[in-house]
Amino acid sequence: MSTTEANLIFERSRAGRSAVAQAPRDHAATHIPANLQRKSAPGLPAASELDVVRHYTRLSQKNFSIDTEFYPLGSCTMKYNPRACNSLAMLPGFLNRHPLAPASHSQGFLQTMFELQEMLKEVTGMKAVSLAPMAGAQGEYTGVAMIRAYHDARGDTERREIIVPDAAHGTNPATAIMCGYEVREIPTDETGDVDIEALKAAVGPQTAGIMLTNPSTVGVFERRIKQIAGIVHEAGGLLYYDGANLNAILGKVRPGDMGFDVIHMNLHKTFSTPHGGGGPGSGAVGVAERLLPFMPIPHVIEAEQGGYRFAEESDRPQSIGRLSAFAGNAGVLLRAYIYMRMLGREGMVRVSEFSTLNANYLARELAAAGFDLAYPQRRATHEFIVTMKKQAKERGLTAGDVAKRLLDHGYHAPTTYFPLLVPECLLVEPTETESKETLDGFVEAMACILAESENDMETIKSAPHTLPNRRFNEVAAAKALDVVFQPVQDGDDSAPRTGTHG
Amino acid sequence: MPFIPHTEEDIRAMLDRIGADSVEDLFDEIPADLRAPPLTGIPEGESEMGITRLMQERAAKDGMPSNFIGAGAYEHHIPAAVWQIATRGEFYSAYTPYQAEASQGTLQLIYEYQTMISRLTGMEVSNASLYDGASALAEAVLMAVRVNRRSKAKRVLLPGALHPDYRKVVKTLIGNQGIELVELPFDETTGQTPLDALAPYADDDVTAMVISQPNFFGILEDVDGLTGWAEERGIPVIAVVNPVSLALLKPPGEWGTNGVDIVVGEGQPLGAPLSSGGPYFGFMTTLKKHIRQMPGRIVGRAEDADGKPGFVLTLQAREQHIRRSKATSNICTNQGLVVTAATIHMSLLGDEGLTRVAEACYANTHALVEKLAAKGIKPRFTGEYFHEVALDFGGDAATRVQTMADAGVLAGLELSRDYPQLDGCVLVCATETKTESDLEQYVATWEQAA
Repeated sequence: MSTTEANLIFERSRAGRSAVAQAPRDHAATHIPANLQRKSAPGLPAASELDVVRHYTRLSQKNFSIDTEFYPLGSCTMKYNPRACNSLAMLPGFLNRHPLAPASHSQGFLQTMFELQEMLKEVTGMKAVSLAPMAGAQGEYTGVAMIRAYHDARGDTERREIIVPDAAHGTNPATAIMCGYEVREIPTDETGDVDIEALKAAVGPQTAGIMLTNPSTVGVFERRIKQIAGIVHEAGGLLYYDGANLNAILGKVRPGDMGFDVIHMNLHKTFSTPHGGGGPGSGAVGVAERLLPFMPIPHVIEAEQGGYRFAEESDRPQSIGRLSAFAGNAGVLLRAYIYMRMLGREGMVRVSEFSTLNANYLARELAAAGFDLAYPQRRATHEFIVTMKKQAKERGLTAGDVAKRLLDHGYHAPTTYFPLLVPECLLVEPTETESKETLDGFVEAMACILAESENDMETIKSAPHTLPNRRFNEVAAAKALDVVFQPVQDGDDSAPRTGTHG
Repeated sequence: MPFIPHTEEDIRAMLDRIGADSVEDLFDEIPADLRAPPLTGIPEGESEMGITRLMQERAAKDGMPSNFIGAGAYEHHIPAAVWQIATRGEFYSAYTPYQAEASQGTLQLIYEYQTMISRLTGMEVSNASLYDGASALAEAVLMAVRVNRRSKAKRVLLPGALHPDYRKVVKTLIGNQGIELVELPFDETTGQTPLDALAPYADDDVTAMVISQPNFFGILEDVDGLTGWAEERGIPVIAVVNPVSLALLKPPGEWGTNGVDIVVGEGQPLGAPLSSGGPYFGFMTTLKKHIRQMPGRIVGRAEDADGKPGFVLTLQAREQHIRRSKATSNICTNQGLVVTAATIHMSLLGDEGLTRVAEACYANTHALVEKLAAKGIKPRFTGEYFHEVALDFGGDAATRVQTMADAGVLAGLELSRDYPQLDGCVLVCATETKTESDLEQYVATWEQAA
């Protein structure tokens, strides 16, 4: 294991070395009682400032990112993150504002949040928007918890089930369970729409609601959404909109107009806040009239004496409650606000238009290059599915193989093996910020892999070849768990590979 | 068109290839009666120059008061290198490391983070982080219920001296799981959670117990005594800790006889700016034997086909994208970017730097208390405190705090909102960022506000 160990920050450490400029001067000893004191140093790195800067700069260079590669990861909306959104959200006035600062010292921030709520209401057609949820999954939780609070407030407590299509994101069923519901799954028909007959059979007095993504995760617009809304509402259930694919319909059609009662938006997708290697996200929720009383707190409202303030428990006695210690991922919200203001109303519509243009063009070109589309009879939305079922059967070329070989061509892989109902699938989402040349280059790489599979499967199967690592043995990694670095002492082969107490 | 590279020629060529006359045709599957009205409620687009001007005005509007509020979010110096590196495009604009070979930077960094936070808390394993400290506690409560299969009651003890908003978040996030939350009273004199408070539950079926160190009032709890009580009864303990304080305070892995089961806390003090409450990150560490019940992403070391070491997401079978309705949580992401900053921050400070920061926080808060004591303002509680303290301002606290704010000093958080019995008390924190003259200014402003 020596190669990598030499590269860990802990291997760069030398006792007695430190980034001295970062520590405040020495202070007198504390009076903390001896039994509460720490006895031995934690073991953080001991490195110079240059050591640390060089180490993490080099690590960053081992990543694919939007700034360096085309990243067509379906369902994740990896569009360009404008630099201004970051630099302006990091103005000192925003960074230094304490979350519990009084309203008198918060009007600039509160006004911005209020306007963001208003803009999100406009693009979604909902009655009110809360910015509190800290990620899409927490937005989902918030939405379903409000559905539950609504039914409970009406004394309608026999509704135990949430309906989820089989194409749904895994978070949907996981969320329903966290809210104390049972999950009833319904199938998708061969054109990618919800199976209406199955839905009719599934609804009843036990139905609390349905969770839908539209466009769905198979990359097509659910054409009978009004009928679905009618069926679920008729049965007394509510409709939840998973906003994962909002990018496809911005300014074209609004969840509120489709009949949804509650929605979450992934601001890190549609509104271009950074994905940051896996967060922070932001999962703002929008609600229809009947769910207003149950909205989470805090929530920015216009103050009685002018200006703005946070609504608290006393303003919303029926609220589902608080989701974070403070007011959600404010820094992410600022970035989304700046992005929306830069695009403006015309720019919002362009997002859906050009993401859809790119996806349809790319789908057509890949089909022409010999790839099978999962739903060739349908318009692509902002994303589409290629299925490698035929090639996997004929010559063992799987979706996973294509994904790994694409990395050698300098492209991040599309989403693989999701949604689960399409075998050997690649979910491709180019986004609106990519140029025609980039898309053409991607098609060329895909065609190249297909051609290569006819005479050199070995090179594909063993890809990637040009990255810091080849394919990993994940099964072995999960068995011999090593999630915390533990230096092996000289002459002590029995030392555990993970940390121990103290 | 902002951020859209298409030329007229591109658009034409692409539409031709698709076989559509216009971009509008691509939306022909959306029923006509559902089409959105023009978005008149959204202003027209702004140039970067225009939005820069606007945001500068907004940011300036809130002033730059001298801040003495803590209450779960603490003002610390963040080395310049931290966010300069964290916002490099390769970290900033990457996503969850699904393709491990193309994500070794993020993966190795998280492995290093897991190591640092495990060492700081004195625990064996860590996840890649959760949303914030409060939601991490909610996840820890759910995890403890899964871990303690012996208990049938689903009853969890929470100190009343735990951050009140943490208690509210726990209630919101586990509210539909049939878990009973029992509040333990604090001692009105010392501000601690006394062992006596546990007596009524000595023979009850208790599923888990939460200990906050320091507690919401900044007071140091008798963590050995409380943990020992739980250990005697086989009750898993969840520790809620401030990571900066751990440079000085005994890590939860050493509390009681054998240490606690789960540690969570707010990671913000490790390199995240105050930023109006987020994004921060919640950390969670635990014992190796509980790792399969831990929510969130976990990075593990692995070998590739050449036997070369590297890092992957591991134990994914716990997670929602595989387990769906049977997952340990619905969580997908961690707080990647903030964890990136925290890892760089911890590397720059090291043991020595973090210790000095903690000592400076302790010294400044105690120095401020001393200065105010000379003016007749006393701490409300007698217990030892770390870097935060409840001061008894008396009956006119609300007016005085607002007057001080208007004079440019945020004096602290009034406790009456959540603790009516502490009316007139203000929770005050002076971190290492405060100088002698900042402390003098606090006292002078306090006097002027009388």
